[in-house]
Amino acid sequence: MPPEPAYTVETHALTKHFGKFVAVKNLDLQVRAGEIFGFLGANGAGKTTAIRMLCGLLLPTSGSGRVAGFDLFKENEKIKQRIGYMSQRFSLYEDLTPAENIEFFGGIYGLPRTTLRQQRARLLRELELERQAGMLTRALPLGFKQRLALSCALLHDPPIVFLDEPTGGVDPEARRNFWDLISHMAQQGKTIFVTTHYMDEAEYCNRVSIMYQGEIIALGSPQALKQHHQKASMQEVFIHLVDK
Amino acid sequence: MPELISISNFSKHYGTIRAVDNLSLAINAGELFGLIGPDGAGKTTCMRTLCTLLTLEAGEMRLAGYDVCRDVRQIRSILGYMPQRFSLYPDLSVAENLRFFADLFGVPAAEREQRLPQLYHFSKLAPFKHRLARQLSGGMKQKLALSCTLIHRPQILVLDEPTTGVDPVSRREFWEILQQLREQGVTILVSTPYMDEALLCDRVAFMHRGRLLALDEPARINRHFPDALYEVVTAAPHLLVPYFKAAPDCRSVQIFGDRLHVSFAAPLAAGRMAEIIAAAPHPITHMLPIAPGMEDTFMILMKNDAS
Repeated sequence: MPPEPAYTVETHALTKHFGKFVAVKNLDLQVRAGEIFGFLGANGAGKTTAIRMLCGLLLPTSGSGRVAGFDLFKENEKIKQRIGYMSQRFSLYEDLTPAENIEFFGGIYGLPRTTLRQQRARLLRELELERQAGMLTRALPLGFKQRLALSCALLHDPPIVFLDEPTGGVDPEARRNFWDLISHMAQQGKTIFVTTHYMDEAEYCNRVSIMYQGEIIALGSPQALKQHHQKASMQEVFIHLVDK
Repeated sequence: MPELISISNFSKHYGTIRAVDNLSLAINAGELFGLIGPDGAGKTTCMRTLCTLLTLEAGEMRLAGYDVCRDVRQIRSILGYMPQRFSLYPDLSVAENLRFFADLFGVPAAEREQRLPQLYHFSKLAPFKHRLARQLSGGMKQKLALSCTLIHRPQILVLDEPTTGVDPVSRREFWEILQQLREQGVTILVSTPYMDEALLCDRVAFMHRGRLLALDEPARINRHFPDALYEVVTAAPHLLVPYFKAAPDCRSVQIFGDRLHVSFAAPLAAGRMAEIIAAAPHPITHMLPIAPGMEDTFMILMKNDAS
């Protein structure tokens, strides 16, 4: 018998109610290590609620699920230590310098002092932020901020990374550079769970799901979805499915 | 078409940083004009100066004949500006926000009551009149922000990345509204990071480091692309990037979704192309010359400008 596939994110009928409102309904997902999984949907479709459950930040109403091998209901504190989370809007402290942000996040993740010092030096060098190390983060160009936010989310070397609209408002070149980083991380075996409104980015994912009114209405590789719906691009697939 | 917005030799510094460098640009009445470029290109500075929110230090700007330095009041009465982060009042309802902006622009009550049904009609926000702005979805917030910008019937609209963070269906709706406004004769200047939106403009200007790199109709923008471009379809696009980059006459390699766009200094002979396909470390399904698109052109202009 072949070995069980190593799913890093796995849910069955995961559901979240807010009062009478069903924000996420019967979410079934299996995502592998090293996979780039695009989690698409219209504004208000329930993506953020789903991600918050997967990150251990929000307790599901029913269903079951494991992230990084830990149970979503009973072990959500352990999940938080095994994932990285980045959203372009909320991740960084604008009134701290890049170096201070790295120290802050390293402290939160409980990195030993010497490791943190090495990581800080390495990151500032790799991100080409050495000259701006003393500047406030608020003054950095958006592309830099975004890469810094990603680095902070990865300080504890998590096997799973959740990226919530990481490239909103960023220009095409900076978006490409960012996706180079994402591909690189996936090749190292990390699971990348990403939301985006850029449908060209959806094409870079190994698989995508499209969520509509709390439910997944399509799931598969971009090629398979395009073929199935006979559309030339993911943009057309998305509009076809969501705009009914 | 008569010129409605003219920018001549405009420069702007923030301390030692040069945000805009001797920019000249003319926008015609009734035009839907797109402004694209990376962060820090100077787009927002340009828009805010046009809207009389930043002081013009060097150069000249005129809107409908009014001067941005002298005729601030007149300009504000004919112009609607939607900044990147629009200050809707989250704790007011949709209707209250509209009422507030109408009062702010001194729209008489009778006129306001006439205007509101039109705004509700195109924004499709009528069923949500009494919902608090904070409870609207991203796409609905942007439509409300646009409606507030339109309450005083401006002749000119300036929109700074109005659809950032908005899903594809809501973005399309938003652009349908812009096209309706254009048909009604409103002149629109809009910036966007989405190339599919830039394609919907009458003309597009590329800005980089405070300067204008190209200005053309979307269908003609690829005239500015200097190289020969090929599309490469393969199961593993990212794995082929280093392979192409190693070719001596290769100018750029970009991943475009599930395929690569590779440019060479000159068109490839058939034999050379067959060699490239045969020697690839991962199978190439096909490789064909293609016409460059807006994003290809944008990337190459930026790259050449930086070097």
